[in-house]
Amino acid sequence: MKDAQQDPCAHCEEMMQPYLDHILTEAERVEAEHHLDDCEWCRRRYRFEESLRVYVRQAVSEPMSSGLKQKLAALRIPLN
Amino acid sequence: MAEAPPDAARIASEARDRVRFEEEALALSDQVFRVARHLASSREEAEDLVQETYARAFRSWRSYTPGTNLRAWLLRILTNLNIDRGRRSQRAPQTTPLEANDYYLYDKLAASDGAATDEERVVERLSQDDIVSALSAVPHDFRDAIVLVDIGDFSYQDAAQILDIPIGTVMSRLHRGRRILKRELADSVTEDAS
Repeated sequence: MKDAQQDPCAHCEEMMQPYLDHILTEAERVEAEHHLDDCEWCRRRYRFEESLRVYVRQAVSEPMSSGLKQKLAALRIPLN
Repeated sequence: MAEAPPDAARIASEARDRVRFEEEALALSDQVFRVARHLASSREEAEDLVQETYARAFRSWRSYTPGTNLRAWLLRILTNLNIDRGRRSQRAPQTTPLEANDYYLYDKLAASDGAATDEERVVERLSQDDIVSALSAVPHDFRDAIVLVDIGDFSYQDAAQILDIPIGTVMSRLHRGRRILKRELADSVTEDAS
């Protein structure tokens, strides 16, 4: 069992999502980047997690139909 | 003694404000739809919700405070309408699905690939359909957080206001929701392979 206190990779895993969310403190960010520079195992996973977010966002983005756009414009309240 | 502004001037000024509001709101419709599409359960439902949202927004434009986040204001209306429609925001399911650790999906995709490959290519083993159906399989409460933050680019703070939940709850739902999504994606890889 990995112990986050002792295992830097387990600690890095805990910080991965907050790191991608840009919510780590400056000190934590530096620590995470320092570990990522040194550790290829974590770096691969970081690159994967980052790509996954972009990929998911692209995959689920459906453009709005032009018909709906027209319907919305028609909902505007006419000027008297 | 100051005279009250003539009625005509007041009406004209209000009309200008309203037209500006409507134009700003319509300019955001693509972004509103993108988020609505996955808050609702189907494309048809999303289109209905977006129409209802704009109809309500245009009627109650006076309650919007200029200078605040209009996109979040519209999404708040949409989320409330979605709940009114019977899609009550559910409690977290009693039997929560087993969540794998954060790297479960990577380990699975990379392992099935054999040779060491470029991580950016590994995600491409997932099809668009896999991703859309995996997202729709995530329970509503968790999915709402993912859709707003990861797809709609809302801040935690905005997502908390839109969903009317504390910011800490947004963070924990996001954390669990992303894990559930990855587990669903990992399951879809197994199914494709079988």
